[in-house]
This record gives sequence, C-alpha cells and structure tokens, in this order.
Amino acid sequence: MASKRGLFGSSLARKYWMALTGLFLITFLVVHLLGNLAIVFGTGEDFNAYAAFMTSFPPIKIVSYLLYASIVLHAADGIALARQNRAARPVAYGTYNGAANAGWASRNMALLGIFTLLFILVHMKSFWFEMHFGTLGLDANGNKDLFTITTAAFEQVWYTAFYVIAMVALGFHLWHGFQSAFQTMGWTHPTYTPIVQFVGRAFAVVVCGAFALIPLYVLISPNV
Amino acid sequence: MNLTLKVWRQKNAQDQGSFATYQVRDISPDMSFLEMMDVLNEQLIAQGVESVVFDHDCREGICGMCSMFINGEAHGPDRGVTTCQLHMRKFNDGDTITIEPWRAQAFPVVRDLMVDRSAFDRIIQAGGYVSVNTMGNLPDANATPIEKHDADAAFDAATCIGCGACVATCKNASAMLFVSAKVSQFALLPQGQVEAADRVRNMVHQMDLEGFGNCTNTGACEVECPKGISIENIARMNREYLKASITA
Repeated sequence: MASKRGLFGSSLARKYWMALTGLFLITFLVVHLLGNLAIVFGTGEDFNAYAAFMTSFPPIKIVSYLLYASIVLHAADGIALARQNRAARPVAYGTYNGAANAGWASRNMALLGIFTLLFILVHMKSFWFEMHFGTLGLDANGNKDLFTITTAAFEQVWYTAFYVIAMVALGFHLWHGFQSAFQTMGWTHPTYTPIVQFVGRAFAVVVCGAFALIPLYVLISPNV
Repeated sequence: MNLTLKVWRQKNAQDQGSFATYQVRDISPDMSFLEMMDVLNEQLIAQGVESVVFDHDCREGICGMCSMFINGEAHGPDRGVTTCQLHMRKFNDGDTITIEPWRAQAFPVVRDLMVDRSAFDRIIQAGGYVSVNTMGNLPDANATPIEKHDADAAFDAATCIGCGACVATCKNASAMLFVSAKVSQFALLPQGQVEAADRVRNMVHQMDLEGFGNCTNTGACEVECPKGISIENIARMNREYLKASITA
C-alpha cells in the first residue's frame, strides 16, 4: 500500500504538476506577448531581433527546454486525468444539468486544453520550426527574417481565424485555470483568493485579447 | 399536482437498466419528494408492479441516506437540502421529472435508485478517525484551548453527512469534497495533529483505489452539498497532502 502516496502518481500529485506547469506556462505567455507587440509597435527588424535574441541567449535557451517539458507534462498529465475522470463515471446520466452549479470554462478544461495543444502544434510548425530548421532570408541587420513569414501567415484569413479562435479557447482555459491552480496548490485565503481570481480573469481577457488582436491588425492594416 | 416521472429501473448491478415512465396524480405541493415516491410505490404495488427501490432513513435531512439525481441535479433543484427535505412545491403541475441513481464507478447501483456508498466507509477506515484510548481518567475537553474560528471551521466540516451528492454532481465523480471535509475536521484541531500526515495520505490513497475521479475545481460540489461544505476544505486537504508528501 506504500505506492502512489508521494509526489508522483496519486490524484492530488497529478494535480500539483498540472498547477505548477500551468502557472509556469502562463509566465511564458507574457514574454511571448511582449515580443509580438513589436509587430504592431516596432519595425520588422525589431521583431526579428527579438526572435534572434530568444533563440540564442543562453539563459532563455535553458528556460525554453523547461518550457517544452512543461507543455508535454501538462498535456500528458491532463489527458491522463481526463481519461481517469471519464472512467470514474462509466454510465452517463440521462439528464445532467452541469450549468446549474459550475461555469462553462471549468467544465470544459480538457476540451479547451486539447484545442490549445492543437494550436501550439500548428503554431510551432509555422514559426518555431521555420525559425530553427527552415530556410529563412536575412533582414537588413543580418537576422533571420521571421517577420515576413509571420505577416504572410496572418494575411491569410483562415490562419488568422484559427489563431483568434485558439486565443478565445486559451482565454477560457485561463479564465478557470489561473485561480484553479492556486486552489489545487492549497494557496487560498479569504482576502487574497478573490484578488487571485480577478487577476486571473483579467489576465485571460487582456493577454489572450492582445494576442488575438495582433494577427487581426496585420490582416486589416494595409501597411504591414 | 399531476406529474410524469421518468424513473431509472435496474434489477441489480449487472443489469443494464432503463427508464420507465409513470404518471402520478393529486400530489400535494406540501409533500416531500420521498412522500411523492411513496405514493408512486403504493400505486405500483396496487397495480402488481415491483415498487421502486430507493434509500431513505431519517427523513429529517440529517442522516445522509436519501440520494436521487433529480432533473440533472443531486437532491433536485433546491439548495442546501437532501431529497427528503425537497418539497413538491419546487415543481409545477404537469412537469416531467427525471429521477436517476447517483452515477459513479465507485457507487455501483444495488437496485433502481439505490447505490452502494460503502466506498466512503472504506475511506474513513483508512484514516478518518483519531486513535484514542477511552479507559482511565479523561482530561477535561475544555482544557485544550482551540481558537474559535478553527473550532467553527472544524465543526462546519464535521457536518458532512456522507450522502455522496458531491460525487454524484461532480462531472468527474470526484470524492474530494467528502474526503477533504473528513480530513479538515481533524486537521483544524490539536487532537488531529498527531496522525495528520498518515491520515491524509491514507485517505487520499483509498479514495484513488476506489476509482473516484480527480478534482477540476469546478465548485459544483459545494453548490449541491446539502450541508454547505465549502471547497475551502479541498484547498486545506491539498495543503495537508503536499505537506505530508514532502515531510513524511
């Protein structure tokens, strides 16, 4: 009976890893968004310089491997938890009024997460793969010209539509996930939990909204 | 009131089960839901049909025996009550009411609307107690000072009647609210400290063995709980388990 009682394997341990990797992935969103803002507020060269910095600066390279591992762990753990959850109710209710007692986002975390994972795969193929292994031209400063393929992708309506829908899905995922991670870690407090909840929801709207507006800006603006 | 009832009928745990539709007439709005079920059963017996099996005992909302998933919600549409305290005035004349058993891998159907909730008993046996020897001179209970806030929170957790509404309503059939209430009622008191680490680890382990789902923090359980047990207890159990896993 000694197995499955530590920080690996038990239902609570799996949830701790979901919470910790989720919170770490949230911090990455901020860094990523700051770079993307160069598309709107800077020049193509600024954006390329940011991309070059992100792929060459050693501490960021180290963190990037932690990031890849977190994505894989968060997704694999999430799928394993969702499978256990389905197995816990083998016979479904004839009538189940889930909306009566819980929010939509909290009831659809696995679905929203899987869609976000699908987006990450497409997104990494489009940009990350091209940056690391593709044959990109060089800009005036000698950096790989990621800006040109990024704006070219966003000029396509279907790509931008997929991007925006994915950001809405991610937004709902974070709407519940941010505060949920604190609850899972047991970091709750009568005074601070409402603040955490507000910050999480504001973060979901502002950050995902900003991510979604950038491809829309590229699509609509005649100058980019 | 005249009502149409869609009731889950299932002979035993192996049977597939299916819904049967019955009509009941002249139901008083002042009846409790279980009294309405009694009317249905008397009608079925008079017709020579096997009566619907359902759990009940005190019919005062304190024993935790009555269950039933009514119109998609544990203990029906009312809040803070068990099915025996749900009154027919919460429904309208001509309504169709769907009545199902708790559905969870860990709560196998015994017959019709009755499920086996002994998984909860095994979780309690795994650590939901304090080991005390009651022989000899006992210390005065009031000799151990306990902060009022903690005493109240422990008492609130201890009001859990183990009905299983949290499991029934959770989209994952998770038992976290029940287990966390039973962990919290000791974790908040000095008498619970001695065995705190083993208690939470053993109870969570048993919870996992029983095949309950995981917690997604939807909060549905605290909404449906007839005793208003808060998910703050789940956060406390998460803290207790993390502490126990790191230190033990």
